[in-house]
Amino acid sequence: MTTFDNNKILWEEVIPGGNHWSGLIRRGTALRMTDLEGGANLSALFYNPEDKLERYNMPDTLKAQHTAFLTTGNVCYSDMGRVMCSIIGDSVGWHDTICGISDAAMVEAKYGKANFQTHRNEMYRNGKDGLLVELAKYGLGKRDLVANVNFFSKVIPDEAGNLSFVAGNSKAGSYVDVRFDMNVLLVVSAAPHTLDSKSTYSPAAVKLSAWHAGLAEADDLCRNNCQQNGRGFINTERYYL
Amino acid sequence: MSTIVESKLDPKNAVLSQVCNAGDPWMAEVKKGQIFRILDLEGNQAVDTLFYSSADPEERYSATDTIARQAKLYLTTGSVLYSNEGNPMLTIVADTCGRHDTLGGACAAESNTVRYALEKRPMHSCRDSFMHALNHCDCATHRHMSKRDITANINFFMNVPVTADGGLSFADGISAPGKYVEMRAEMDVVVLISNCPQLNNPCNAYNPTPVQLLVWNS
Repeated sequence: MTTFDNNKILWEEVIPGGNHWSGLIRRGTALRMTDLEGGANLSALFYNPEDKLERYNMPDTLKAQHTAFLTTGNVCYSDMGRVMCSIIGDSVGWHDTICGISDAAMVEAKYGKANFQTHRNEMYRNGKDGLLVELAKYGLGKRDLVANVNFFSKVIPDEAGNLSFVAGNSKAGSYVDVRFDMNVLLVVSAAPHTLDSKSTYSPAAVKLSAWHAGLAEADDLCRNNCQQNGRGFINTERYYL
Repeated sequence: MSTIVESKLDPKNAVLSQVCNAGDPWMAEVKKGQIFRILDLEGNQAVDTLFYSSADPEERYSATDTIARQAKLYLTTGSVLYSNEGNPMLTIVADTCGRHDTLGGACAAESNTVRYALEKRPMHSCRDSFMHALNHCDCATHRHMSKRDITANINFFMNVPVTADGGLSFADGISAPGKYVEMRAEMDVVVLISNCPQLNNPCNAYNPTPVQLLVWNS
């Protein structure tokens, strides 16, 4: 596997804070996701473009790896028992996948209203509508909008299960490296996290930098992180034989 | 504050009372205002449950909305079960167990290959029960529901503690024979249940058992 190298970037895309993006990421390609301003949240979902009913599965991802968050060594499972992508590098340390996405009513209640008529492209956007706009480009809709990953965000529970948002989890320049182990339709929104403690709407921009990482080899960190991941990679590899 | 709250309802007055055997699916409609009880007959039985709006099944139970809107991981008395549209679908009004999971999802043949062994694929699973119910139950077939409609579910009576450092485990159940959870429907809902057949972890105490479903008019 090839690690990130500034000189080997295939393409870059900046997603302005609040905005949304989607694209087909080929197997073996990795994305460095960089929080450009600090405090970013990148809500992400993964679909198999060959069979879009196969998609990221939050519960399967968590229970296979006995974790309630994602970081280096963790992989994202589809509902078909396959590794869709893996976290091969991470300067943040904790990425949420249990708190879902904001919607229009939540954003308005928290930050007020700013529409295109008055604010042009500075309008307030929310995660749900952003992801639905992107999903609709591929014939997908509400039925496909499942529990997502929130890169850069951290939420911790107390013993009773009460959740607290951890401000400052991601600093400007923080990154997470995600290798795609299947061909993946990636859908993202950089709108604020549902539990973000900031009272003003100021979502940070995120940069995607693609490079050719290659496939997980026998000594791969994510493959060997737990026995479950070893089997998940076998399922993925069989799919492409 | 204790979340253990007993119900005053008498099973003799229930308008529906059915037993769902271990490993079976169950599907029915519950009307707005009706009270729906799941009774753990023999104890430590995970009941994998999804809810859909009867009027429009694209509106369905959302684990992430339920967690984020209440900033709470576990479900018990007072918890509102939210839809993906941010609407309350049901409210838990009685609970003699005290904690229910909505992170652990449902077992599937495919996830069993990852979690336990590639050879475990033939074992019966919740998702197979869900698929069977969607193919056979009247309240699903005319709504054209499929795997596309299976999202992160509730596991009633299942104990999946999460620690502050992000550890997650499938702990021994905290349920026992006769424990129940009861909820009031805030809209007309379709209930989809798999009475979990998982034999590979302690969620059913390695011995799946029947549960009883009851409905009362308000």
